[in-house]
Amino acid sequence: MKKNDIILMGHGGGGLMTGNLIRDFILKELGNPILNRLDDAACIDVPEQDLVFTTDSYVVDPIFFPGGNIGDLAVCGTVNDLVMQGAEPRYLSLALIIQEGLPLSDLRRVIESIRDITLDVGVQVVTGDTKVVEGGGKSGGLYINTSGIGVRMPGVDVSVSNAVEDDVIIVTGTMGDHGVAVMNEREGLGLQSSLISDTAPLWGLIKGLLEDGALVHSLRDPTRGGVAAALCDIAQSSSCSIRIDEKLLPIKAEVKGACGLLGLDPLNVANEGKALVVCPAGKKDAVLDVLKRHELGLDACVIGSVLSDPAGRVVMKTHAGGERIVDVPAGEDLPRIC
Amino acid sequence: MNVETVIANVRSISETLNRRLVFMEVCGTHTVSAFRTGLRSLLPDNVSLLSGPGCPVCVTPTGYLDQAIAIARQPGTVIATFGDMLRVPGTESALEKERATGADIRMVYSPMDALNMAKAEPEKTVVFLGVGFETTTPTIAWTIKEACEQGLKNYYVLSAHKTIPEAMMALVSAGDVKLDGFLCPGHVSVITGSEAYKPVCAECGIPCVVAGFEAYDMARGIEMLGKQQMEGKAEVEVEYTRSVTAGGNVEAQKLCVDVFDKSDTEWRGFGVIPQSGLSIADKYNDVDAAIKFKGLEVPEAEDHSACRCGDVLRGICLPPDCPMFGKTCTPSDPVGACMVSSEGSCSAYYKYGQ
Repeated sequence: MKKNDIILMGHGGGGLMTGNLIRDFILKELGNPILNRLDDAACIDVPEQDLVFTTDSYVVDPIFFPGGNIGDLAVCGTVNDLVMQGAEPRYLSLALIIQEGLPLSDLRRVIESIRDITLDVGVQVVTGDTKVVEGGGKSGGLYINTSGIGVRMPGVDVSVSNAVEDDVIIVTGTMGDHGVAVMNEREGLGLQSSLISDTAPLWGLIKGLLEDGALVHSLRDPTRGGVAAALCDIAQSSSCSIRIDEKLLPIKAEVKGACGLLGLDPLNVANEGKALVVCPAGKKDAVLDVLKRHELGLDACVIGSVLSDPAGRVVMKTHAGGERIVDVPAGEDLPRIC
Repeated sequence: MNVETVIANVRSISETLNRRLVFMEVCGTHTVSAFRTGLRSLLPDNVSLLSGPGCPVCVTPTGYLDQAIAIARQPGTVIATFGDMLRVPGTESALEKERATGADIRMVYSPMDALNMAKAEPEKTVVFLGVGFETTTPTIAWTIKEACEQGLKNYYVLSAHKTIPEAMMALVSAGDVKLDGFLCPGHVSVITGSEAYKPVCAECGIPCVVAGFEAYDMARGIEMLGKQQMEGKAEVEVEYTRSVTAGGNVEAQKLCVDVFDKSDTEWRGFGVIPQSGLSIADKYNDVDAAIKFKGLEVPEAEDHSACRCGDVLRGICLPPDCPMFGKTCTPSDPVGACMVSSEGSCSAYYKYGQ
């Protein structure tokens, strides 16, 4: 690899090399009137409505995985966090922390992915930062932080604390795809299959649900910690009980198989393009109807319902007809020995 | 037949016998499966399942962790290990902590990955932490043989391999628990064959049924154990016939006999159980990490005084009986090994059973 094919410490020096990097990589793909001014801070125009603001950092390893890369994730993750609050995503910041040695071609692929998703969602990158850090033992890494500003849709009040008795729980598609795809790639498990991350921006899918403010009580994207952690958050914040049925959980056979091999519970595995939707039982059909009209919602289905007792608990009826508690994973789920 | 029918049969057996029945599931995967499938919630009140010593991480003694930590601190050394071992506390530290402070400790899914690591990085000394039962032993044995045949000078195994039937017999002969049957491990038995449990039946008079891991398999295994109790039998039966034969995997057994010698070994909670361990045979000394790192200073192993992992492993108490359970010992900050492994009974009780 030639010296000018990779990121060098000089790219972070704030001089010509940094300027060229920003011009040739960032502005070329993501440029817009606000960003192009390259001011110290972006001046943005927002209506006098509820603003929603979020931030997230992305450290996925490897940065490319089947079905996406760290750039897709960095936009989708933050966009989805805004959407889960009932907001239309408007503006993003983009901070890159690059380890020296990263091939410029990799950086370009990541930025192109960011461009594609921002165009798809209709969100603009309006400010950013680039830093280069030493490689240490392992070079060529990339970390990204994005913050997002969105505007809450009129009349919408969705929150994890809004679930009430007799609501139903809907998941917008299959569970665990992202976590298993990344693990297969990272650990070189060599599982030959169509395991692909589900990384996707959810604005297009969820927008339709927010047009009628009374349709939805809670939205949650089951990322780290998976569906289990998201359900526990809802049950605890809303002081209600959630009862799900194992038979109803949409899980791809290959995800089930990989989880079985590794001793992981698909309920605890991360998703990056799914949402849990909590809505009144009477609105269930209307919600499913909206979701199923979008390509990301074709597998949407009801997986359970909300009860009053025992508050804060998630219980699952199992395939065998028994019951068990669904809890938040303690830390990183470690693959078992045998 | 479905699970419901089998459970109904178990209920009628327990009513006929008109007493409490206690079965031990030996294997950690069974422990987790019984919770995860909801099987425990389906069993009649007077039929109970007790978790046994079949979680490899849980029975690995603190001293072994201390040894691994001491090796990890040697410059140029890579510790390759199954993920479960990372968080198990040693006397003064844990591998996870050592990794955070700079030791080169890598999680692998197979000992083959560790062997390939040694080939790819000849300047490093790669030490694989060989723990586990008959299920994992053959693949590790293969890497030892392969490393010797290829003349690899930088691959070592720190062996703490253990064999299950000896532990089952030690548990019964200690006399602390009264069992009505063993639900024997499915995966281990694929290698050993079901005949490995004959001595358990013969010497302890306890029925043994090898079962698979689905709710139906386990329910059926419990039913078969119950029937043996009704008929006053103590035999080995196989429910998991789709995978387990009487003789097992003979090639794998031969490989293990070649690479390992039977030896006395320490189990957490049990102390030393005679002839229940596998140490690397003399002809493979060059790969034995215990020999390579013999002179290393290791702290005197000490377990937390209030930790009842040992009693849990021997079936003397249930995880919630431990004063630290769910309070000072949780999966995110475990004190005992049974809380660390996803197969440990404390972890399963915490996750599913609270």
